[in-house]
Amino acid sequence: MTERYDAIVVGAGHNGLVCAGLLAKAGKKVLVLEARAEVGGAAVTRPFADGFSVSAGAHLLHQLQPRVMKALGVRIPLKSERMPTIALSQSGDHVFMDEQTAVGVSDQDAQAFTEFMEWSDTFAGFLNKQLMKPPPRLGSGSFNDTIKLARLGLDLRMLGKADMRDFLQLIGQNIYDELDARFESDLLKGAIALDAVTGTHTGPRSPGSMITWLYRLCTGGHVSQPAGGLGAVSDALAERAEALGVTIRTDTPVEGIVVDNGRVVGVDTAAGRFSSWKVISNADPKTTVFGLVGARHFESTFVRRVHHLRSKGNVAKLHVALDALPEISGLRPEDFGGRLLVAASAEAVERAFNPVKYGRCSSQPVFELSFPSVSDDSFAPAGKHVMSALVQFAPYDLAGGWSDVARADFHDAALRVLEETLPRLRDLVLHSELLTPVDLEAEFGMSGGHWHHGELGLDQFMFVRPVAGAAQYRMPLEGLYLCGAGTHPGGGVTGAPGYNAAQVILERERSR
Amino acid sequence: MTEVHQGRLETPFYGRFKAIDTLNEWHTWNGYTVCNSPYCADLEYFAIRNATAVFDLSPMNKYRITGPDAGAYLNRLVTRNVSVLGPGRVGYSVWCDNDGKVIDDGTIFHLDEGDYRVCAAGRHAAWFADAAIGFDVEIDDETADVAALAVQGPTSWSVLTRAGFEGLESLKPFGLVHMELGGRPVMVSRTGFTGDLGYELWMSPDDAGVIWDRIFEAGELTGIRAIGTDALELSRIEAGYLAPGLEFLPADETVRTGRSRSPFELGLDWLVDFTKPNFNGRRALAEEQRRGSTWRLVRLDIEGNKPAHNAYVFPRESRSRSDIGFVTSAAWSPVCKKNVALGTVRQPHGRPGTTLWVEIYYQREMHWQRKMARATVVEGPFWAPDRRRLTPPEPY
Repeated sequence: MTERYDAIVVGAGHNGLVCAGLLAKAGKKVLVLEARAEVGGAAVTRPFADGFSVSAGAHLLHQLQPRVMKALGVRIPLKSERMPTIALSQSGDHVFMDEQTAVGVSDQDAQAFTEFMEWSDTFAGFLNKQLMKPPPRLGSGSFNDTIKLARLGLDLRMLGKADMRDFLQLIGQNIYDELDARFESDLLKGAIALDAVTGTHTGPRSPGSMITWLYRLCTGGHVSQPAGGLGAVSDALAERAEALGVTIRTDTPVEGIVVDNGRVVGVDTAAGRFSSWKVISNADPKTTVFGLVGARHFESTFVRRVHHLRSKGNVAKLHVALDALPEISGLRPEDFGGRLLVAASAEAVERAFNPVKYGRCSSQPVFELSFPSVSDDSFAPAGKHVMSALVQFAPYDLAGGWSDVARADFHDAALRVLEETLPRLRDLVLHSELLTPVDLEAEFGMSGGHWHHGELGLDQFMFVRPVAGAAQYRMPLEGLYLCGAGTHPGGGVTGAPGYNAAQVILERERSR
Repeated sequence: MTEVHQGRLETPFYGRFKAIDTLNEWHTWNGYTVCNSPYCADLEYFAIRNATAVFDLSPMNKYRITGPDAGAYLNRLVTRNVSVLGPGRVGYSVWCDNDGKVIDDGTIFHLDEGDYRVCAAGRHAAWFADAAIGFDVEIDDETADVAALAVQGPTSWSVLTRAGFEGLESLKPFGLVHMELGGRPVMVSRTGFTGDLGYELWMSPDDAGVIWDRIFEAGELTGIRAIGTDALELSRIEAGYLAPGLEFLPADETVRTGRSRSPFELGLDWLVDFTKPNFNGRRALAEEQRRGSTWRLVRLDIEGNKPAHNAYVFPRESRSRSDIGFVTSAAWSPVCKKNVALGTVRQPHGRPGTTLWVEIYYQREMHWQRKMARATVVEGPFWAPDRRRLTPPEPY
């Protein structure tokens, strides 16, 4: 028996839920199919040791776009908001940063930091204006696209002559040189360099690391921790979607998207076929094309582009159950509620990146740490703590493969290197789990274990994200759409791709 | 390190041509040295139309497509429905880019269940390899591994039968059969580029010389001749077949917009099958079908006897109006006794049966002359004798 829906969303990641909710709000009958037992995709809270849980994918909320929240009428309670960033030093001379100020550096650096952040914000503001709208199609000749492109040009021109020139210059620039020109503190430079390249396949000296830094600022200069972790965000979105009339079926993996006579007609699952003229894939572009639809239903030039989409993840995730918080000189217990960075210098980040180019792991990885249990007691038993770390860099395609030995080696190396900054860390470990990009791919179904479902780089940005021919959420197959991190503007728990995809779908319906 | 060949290649029949050649007129075709005409293009042409002509088509690019997805792969690659092309059959088709513009035309030989050979004028290894992403297929360029000989003309069946190819009488047009001649495997297909009765023989380069000799021995009394590309070109125009680079430019080689052609613009509507699953160019072609095409291929029967090489085409005799297209191939056809041409004109001009005008240019003692000539748009080929389809063919 087949059931007919106005739209079927494949995957209950946060973007899928946002998209489904908005379509339902517009009166559509929407079905969301999720392969796993719980919703949320990589925005999920789950146990990893007895009594301990963690946000297993994304571990901090950068910026869930306010417009998304408003459109859906969802409010996310936060346990800590605008978390400070602390660059840890082995000597105890840490640098404390918020969005404007840096403490623990020379007066000159402090002033330079404020200037740098203001300067960065100008451009991040320009990028932010582009987040919540589908990029225009280039050369389509349509009136709508021409207007959108003109508005983009106007936004750029409104930066003013000097800033526009700066922006055009810095698009392809690397952040290393910029930091070197502005600052003297290695620790400060290391922190910004790490933030600029986290989640991408670039080092601070790679061209384009400036734009990824701005992208990071524009999606969330400030960081917060939702009550109950990232899984709570997904749960709130799912609850709201259901209230709006969306049907969500978990434990229902989609075996394939059904194509008939050149258009999408539904999806096949073990529970039978569900029919719809619209299927919206929250999966990454590669999984969608090769795993769900099949290459033969697309034209070969398009398939080639998707095949060559750069999507090799470099981030490993480390989850540690701690008997107590580590003691770090110069750090108060409440400081553990912030975002802690372990990267001695920009050069240390670059050196950590170098080996992954050749399929090897960093011997001295760099880290972003959060201790969710400090502000939220739902993560660990009383008095105990949880540490969640992004560990860079660990290549998806490790030379020789991710064997148990290779995983254990990198796991040990990560803890050993961390202990240089967090004394006696290994004595405090009750349980510890390391997820390599291959594990992340297996757990969350992201091709290459890539956080953004595809590298964030100028060649896969805006008009050409994920690839030319699919940058407006519409795939070149009638009835098929994308709404995941692989689309504009990219990954992170922003809700923007899901929101934009819903706008495109509804707009297209209105214009018919 | 393997040695890289420098300079032009020789086909497996090069020595045979060299032995009979008297004019020493050669050119390069796909990297191989081939003969324009070994002794007299006119006589060679008449061998095609009245006896048996033998043409060396070894330089044609040949790609072998095998694997579980071979059929599905080809069906996505080309515009025609390959799934109805059974083993032992040959299909002519075109393949398009994503904009629905023709990259090339060629023939698809279904050699055996799931085993195909694609023959084309252009090189397509990269395009074919790209199109294979997501399919379980293997693609081999076997251009140098297969020698190919076209044996064409009204007496070709009799000559081949006399040479020892037995059982060809039941081979239908666009059929293929695997045979042996003196223990040497030869694939024979009833295909060709002349619009007449004819066969193409596909064999190992090692056997090429022996098989050539057998055929020429068998044809000695019926006027068999080896022919060059000049004679073949004339018969090609008479048959109304398209030549890449003339009637259309491969879409992957055009730079300016509007210089490539869709199948519809080449009169190949019958090759585009919208009832089959997705294929390259489908969306663009469906859109073109809805909106209408820009160009139309026309076959022109022109008054007078001066070939309309490179002529502009006008809707009226007066040149005051701007031209609507141009001639792409032209010739005086001896067998039709007609002045014929292929051309491309802007739609809606050029419907079959309508009259157009061509401006013919010719030189008289250095000075160029021009002349407006009436051209009737005809449907179908100029030369299409019933014998080309007759099964079994008539004996000679």
